[in-house]
Amino acid sequence: MVTKLEVKNLYKIFGEHPKKALKMLDKGINKDEIFKKTGQTVGVKNASLAINEGEIFVVMGLSGSGKSTLVRLLNRLIEPTQGQVLIDGHDITKVDDKELRDIRRSKISMVFQSFALMPHMNVLDNTAFGLELSGIDVQERHEKARNALAQVGLESHANSYPDELSGGMQQRVGLARALTNNPDILLMDEAFSALDPLIRTEMQDELVRLQSEHQRTVVFISHDLDEAMRIGDRIAIMQGGEVVQVGTPDDILHNPANDYVRSFFKGVDVSNVFHAKDIVSKSRLTLIKKDSSEGLRSGLQLLNEHDRDYGYVIDKSNRFLGVVSANSLHDVIKNKQTLAEAIIDDIQPIAADTSIGEIISIVAHSPCAVPVVDDQQKYVGVISKARLLETLDKEASV
Amino acid sequence: MSTESNPWATGSDDTGAAESTASNPWGGAASTQNSDAMSMSASGTPVEQTDFSLLHPFQEVWIPLDSWIETGVDWVVTNFRPFFTAVKAPVDATLTAIDSTFNAAPPLLVIVLFGLIAWQLSGRRLAIGSVVGLITLGAIGAWQESMTTLALVVTSVLFCIVLGIPTGIAMARSDRAAKVIRPILDIMQTTPAFVYLVPIVMLFGIGNVPGVIVTIIFAVAPVIRLTNLGIRQVPSDLIEAANSFGADNKQMLFKVQLPLAMPTIMAGVNQTLMLGLSMVVIASMISVGGLGLMVLRGIGRLDIGLATIGGIGIVILAVILDRMTQSLGQDARQRGTRHWYETGPIGLLLAFKK
Repeated sequence: MVTKLEVKNLYKIFGEHPKKALKMLDKGINKDEIFKKTGQTVGVKNASLAINEGEIFVVMGLSGSGKSTLVRLLNRLIEPTQGQVLIDGHDITKVDDKELRDIRRSKISMVFQSFALMPHMNVLDNTAFGLELSGIDVQERHEKARNALAQVGLESHANSYPDELSGGMQQRVGLARALTNNPDILLMDEAFSALDPLIRTEMQDELVRLQSEHQRTVVFISHDLDEAMRIGDRIAIMQGGEVVQVGTPDDILHNPANDYVRSFFKGVDVSNVFHAKDIVSKSRLTLIKKDSSEGLRSGLQLLNEHDRDYGYVIDKSNRFLGVVSANSLHDVIKNKQTLAEAIIDDIQPIAADTSIGEIISIVAHSPCAVPVVDDQQKYVGVISKARLLETLDKEASV
Repeated sequence: MSTESNPWATGSDDTGAAESTASNPWGGAASTQNSDAMSMSASGTPVEQTDFSLLHPFQEVWIPLDSWIETGVDWVVTNFRPFFTAVKAPVDATLTAIDSTFNAAPPLLVIVLFGLIAWQLSGRRLAIGSVVGLITLGAIGAWQESMTTLALVVTSVLFCIVLGIPTGIAMARSDRAAKVIRPILDIMQTTPAFVYLVPIVMLFGIGNVPGVIVTIIFAVAPVIRLTNLGIRQVPSDLIEAANSFGADNKQMLFKVQLPLAMPTIMAGVNQTLMLGLSMVVIASMISVGGLGLMVLRGIGRLDIGLATIGGIGIVILAVILDRMTQSLGQDARQRGTRHWYETGPIGLLLAFKK
């Protein structure tokens, strides 16, 4: 993994005398006290992050936690007070205005919460805005803008004006405008927060789809944990201007750094966060290995011994074959048939990375605990009704 | 003082002067002669008349401001003559060009042209309105004067735009410039129209060109203020977005700020035009021609008919110009079309071409 964007000990103090506030921060005085004494507001305090090329990196926090300030420090819409921002190892806090403009035109684009489309330009010109600023001629920039609009499915609205579009469409234009420059880095400042939940999900899927077509480094600001969990490869959580935890969604969910992070998960929809593989149980259930000899009788005996109605059949290399029941085994033995015929067709395995929300009805309607397989058809474990209920109950108890 | 520099000084002014001398208890026979003598005698009296009364302290002039100013202005005029001629020159050239064009053009052509412009800018209703209005102007015998007034107003507004919009932009860009310019604008706007005439006559003399200069000074404030306001009101998220895509100062101004501020700036131009029209009329007191002079003459001779014709002419011109510039502030989409060239005579022409 190559580090694309690195932030080193970044500070932002708003006010006339940042030096004073910095000194006080060094002494460990907290931000409220600094504000009371000097009137200086600490926006971002000692933030260090390393964002990898091609990942969606979500910065999360409540309002006032400094996440919007942090993202604006990355392209210097807000001047950092102290610290470094390295893009491909190049410190952009040191570059002059001209070079900064070039970086903004070619390397780094931004999508805004308020869409920020130019009301006096039509959709096509809005999309081509970044290229227009770079001095690309009309035909070329319109062609590229049309391509970008096609990527977000809006090419038919090229001649509309922003006020004629719905919020979701406007943000698609905002996204297309950012993509037209073909930037390495995409900054998204609460890009989907102003949209209604349905459109928001749609836009998240859109982003993930675009990301699968062309891997960019995306820094996504959000206050919505569901969103962060859904699209983020890694998440940084900010509190009071500080980065308190960085990790994958699972890391953060399973090992929250402090109560603030933990409090985010209250009310989080676990069914979207957890996948089938996270809640399988591997023990307790009988496995019947299929040898060259069929071993039907021994299998039946095993089931009877453990007082089970169903058995999960796998081969030597742990590949899942199917589910048999005591009854079906019994019938097969009586009719002198093979094990293959004992397998109950109705029970299909679930893929390991299916989210829990999607398996609820499958588990509910299955006569037995549902088997889970990975992408190579290897047996991972089973999910019983009891296990699923227990997991869903966690949502309330965390 | 002003009676001396006022070219329109007539018998009525003399009686005013006589009254003031009559009411002046210190007024000797000598003090009625001229201002210098008056101020001399005013400063001289306390020596001769020792009965200074605290109850009536202002029966004499303490500070001879009038004579100070007179000497000051004299000094400025003699020493800065090249400067004032330099200021007058471009105004003179522009005014002469526009005025002779308007007056030389056949009235029918002017009427048709106005109708077409009104149609393009606003719509058929205003086009018909302005054609009818202009015909009325000619019919009541005020054509020549209307054209002169129009030329004066157009020249003034042209200079107001050329001077005002860049000044407004400078104010919007720099808080320091705004801090310096704002009080100057305040003074310009609070000073009554009448008072402007005094220094202008002293510095530039009388006639149409000083009339235009005084109009520019009087009318330029709204376009400066509203340009500044319009640019400052551009939503900050749009500024931020333009910045994030790497806009430099020039691109920011011409691609984002000015287009978005245009309706406000146009409202400023409209206000400037209206103020200009009113000032051009007042400026008839310093020998500026046109409809204002008709009104002034009418009042002077108690010729109600002449004054009314001038007045009606001014109102008709004002309404036409106001409506035209108001519609400049709206973009084509507010009027229900995509582009400005899809309506009006040009739209018709283009439709024919297809």
